[in-house]
Amino acid sequence: MSDAAAPAPASPVRALVTLPPQVRRGEPFEVRLLVAHPMETGHRADAQGQRVPRDIVRRVECRLDSELVFAADLHPAIAANPYIAFPLVVQAEGTLDVSWAGDRGFAHRTGVAIRPI
Amino acid sequence: MAPAQVAPRARTLALAAAASALLLVAACHAPPPAGVPTRVPADTADPRRSGFADMSPATQAMQRDDAANPAWLWVEQGRQLFEAGCARCHAAGAMAGVAARYPAWDEAARRPLTLGQRIADCHARRVAPAGATARWAPEDESRLALEAFIALQSRGRPIAPPADARLASWRARGEALFRQRLGQLDLACAHCHERHAGRRLAGSVIPQGHPTGYPIYRLEWQGMGSLQRRLRGCLAGVRAEPFGPDDDDATALEVYLMSRAAGLPLETPAVRP
Repeated sequence: MSDAAAPAPASPVRALVTLPPQVRRGEPFEVRLLVAHPMETGHRADAQGQRVPRDIVRRVECRLDSELVFAADLHPAIAANPYIAFPLVVQAEGTLDVSWAGDRGFAHRTGVAIRPI
Repeated sequence: MAPAQVAPRARTLALAAAASALLLVAACHAPPPAGVPTRVPADTADPRRSGFADMSPATQAMQRDDAANPAWLWVEQGRQLFEAGCARCHAAGAMAGVAARYPAWDEAARRPLTLGQRIADCHARRVAPAGATARWAPEDESRLALEAFIALQSRGRPIAPPADARLASWRARGEALFRQRLGQLDLACAHCHERHAGRRLAGSVIPQGHPTGYPIYRLEWQGMGSLQRRLRGCLAGVRAEPFGPDDDDATALEVYLMSRAAGLPLETPAVRP
């Protein structure tokens, strides 16, 4: 589940990586990512008028067998539970490693095997 | 249209191509359990429609595609919780159709329980560590996650409230509440969701108020929520005092609303604006 170094979150980190049921060698397909995160902007006040500190996902990186194939920097004003999709082409079998990093020690990694036909 | 003479081989190929195209379409649109319904299955003149039909195409697309539906984060959590706790007694396959018939009469509690209440009870009695006293509240993430996972097993099935005479008084109480004027705005549920359903309140289409997809991922909440939470939203909207957690009035209203939506297909986990 979540990395050991991260401070214990209120609920377990949840992230989903969805690939098409069948991936063809050399043909583009869509990778879809979803992560459970409040994406607190840092610009809001709570019921007591205290500013709620910023708590967002800062970066997502996707590596195909250690080669960086997609990365994104995230900013405030992105809705909670961000959804990210990007196209990808693979020539051989490999592992897609998706890692999330954010404020307050947020970190999560998912590895998904890709077996093109 | 078609050429007068087609070589048999070419015709077979064309047929095969058409058939595989059909199969492809079928595969895209029917992930098990079946996809997203919008209307009553029969082609009758049933005027009832799910809130799905009143949403924008973008929000509909979000619900239609499981990979884009954020509620799936809760479904996955629910699956893990189910396997870790519930699976000791229940099989996930046996949960098919369960959500379609809740709220149902509970022999032990001698009252109807909603699916969420049933999950919280079962968890408190059999799964929670001994000595734990806190029962899962309606908006507890774990309760919502399990509710979503269990209701997913009934997706596409028609809502089928049980024909249990003991529910009748609760249903009547729920209907009375539905038609009761409430709050400073002095509005009953029926005013908006029956008389003015389909018209607009500010920019939004007023849905008929059929609870076909709970728990839902609501974009306004940026999270998952129960029918109770949605009812509280409406009560606050008409400036009435909202129901407390697992309030009997909320349960009665849920019993009535599910019987009012009987026959509409269950959509859990639905997305709503």
